[in-house]
Amino acid sequence: MTAFAPSRPARRAAYVASAELVPDVLSGSVLAVARMISRAEAGYAEASEALSEIYRHTGKAHVVGITGVPGAGKSTLVAALIKAFASDGQKVGVIAVDPSSPFSGGAILGDRVRMSDAAQSSQAFVRSMATRGHLGGLARATLQAVDVLDAAGYSPIIIETVGVGQDEVEVVTAAHTIVVLSAPGLGDDIQAIKAGILEIADIHAVSKCDRPDAPAAVAALRGMMTLGPGRPGSDWQAPVLPVSSVSGEHISELKDAISRHWDHLRDSGELHDRERNIGRTRILGTARQLFQDRFKRDVTELETHVQAVVDRAMDPSVAACLLLGWENEVQVK
Amino acid sequence: MTDSSNNSQGDGARAGIDVSSPIRVLVAKLGLDGHDRGAKVVARILRDAGMEVVYTGLYKSPNDVVSAAIQEDVDVIGVSLLSGSHLPLFQELGRCLREKKAEHIFVVAGGVIPEHDYAALSDSGVDAIVPQEARSDLIVTTIRKLIAERGRI
Repeated sequence: MTAFAPSRPARRAAYVASAELVPDVLSGSVLAVARMISRAEAGYAEASEALSEIYRHTGKAHVVGITGVPGAGKSTLVAALIKAFASDGQKVGVIAVDPSSPFSGGAILGDRVRMSDAAQSSQAFVRSMATRGHLGGLARATLQAVDVLDAAGYSPIIIETVGVGQDEVEVVTAAHTIVVLSAPGLGDDIQAIKAGILEIADIHAVSKCDRPDAPAAVAALRGMMTLGPGRPGSDWQAPVLPVSSVSGEHISELKDAISRHWDHLRDSGELHDRERNIGRTRILGTARQLFQDRFKRDVTELETHVQAVVDRAMDPSVAACLLLGWENEVQVK
Repeated sequence: MTDSSNNSQGDGARAGIDVSSPIRVLVAKLGLDGHDRGAKVVARILRDAGMEVVYTGLYKSPNDVVSAAIQEDVDVIGVSLLSGSHLPLFQELGRCLREKKAEHIFVVAGGVIPEHDYAALSDSGVDAIVPQEARSDLIVTTIRKLIAERGRI
């Protein structure tokens, strides 16, 4: 059994240099934006200068993170928000992250299933992204994809994280405004005062508010808010908003709250802190990644140290300092 | 196994390292064909072969599928059709790809497609047809072969 695949002469599409794509990205070409995101994801060396150039045109967009447990309704809510923002005439960008398989490296990216109507809007650009082994709720190139959309004139840009547990809060150092989406029926009010994901919310949304157990979830979250102050360094009071993406109920309130938080960040000067936070995390994250990639390419030096650590001839922190080239640090110890 | 780094947003391209990228496939159901178990099985096969599969759900128009494929920058659109309406739908899909300047995206057809329609489908832009009785690895090798011949874009 073979597949029917007639060979065609000179199959189309040569490689277009990334530098040539940049003007098209800046003028908002969907094809160029999509291709540039792929190159950031792939980590093509050839694309690095183009991405630097693109970065110089960023900093205009409002970046909104939406996070919550699997099945909370993130994709459905994002679809509703796309429609709400697009009907205001805004160009909405979406990066929807789903997990890669730890075994094959493959992925099923299903967020589009729930966004298909909204994604057809000419005002919207929706991109699914696999984590490719990255932990924390985002993919390795999520923020570069946000840069590309920002430079192309999209705002807001919504990052939908993978379905998270209690502790994947990476999105907090990626976005200006964090919406934590909770579903009703997933726990009592002690769940609501635990540390972690609920703490990072600038806005709490409770999905499926058409369901009878939704008011209890809203009450538990509102109760939590009264127990103590909100996020350190901010006088923003995070609202708790019940929403229903099915009926469309309260979606416009949520949209307004997102816009209000953006105004608050700019008026209060908090935006500056968040921008610095995002920049800092990106630099440190990239440094860590470069370090790891270097020893993935050249394993000999690493493996020598691994054996020394296994043999107890050296402890792991000394080995790490040596790999970094910090011999002086070792002597201090 | 992919990258094991964590807690870092990386600007990978900065590193000057070429990381090989998974093949991306959009799996779609066109028209009024509501039977998607086959499409889901195919999505799973491709996932297990290390590909990234964008699944779009049922009842899509060729125009919807092409718009999604462009935004997702997929290498391949895989369409499963069981309804018998493959000829007009693939013609329209090919037309939309040309219209939106997205002919670099391959089209692979599967499902119930009689052999006497193969030539007509090929003319409307279908790059490969995987017969319904094919073994699962034929889908994977067919896609890999198309991409290998094209090279990276």
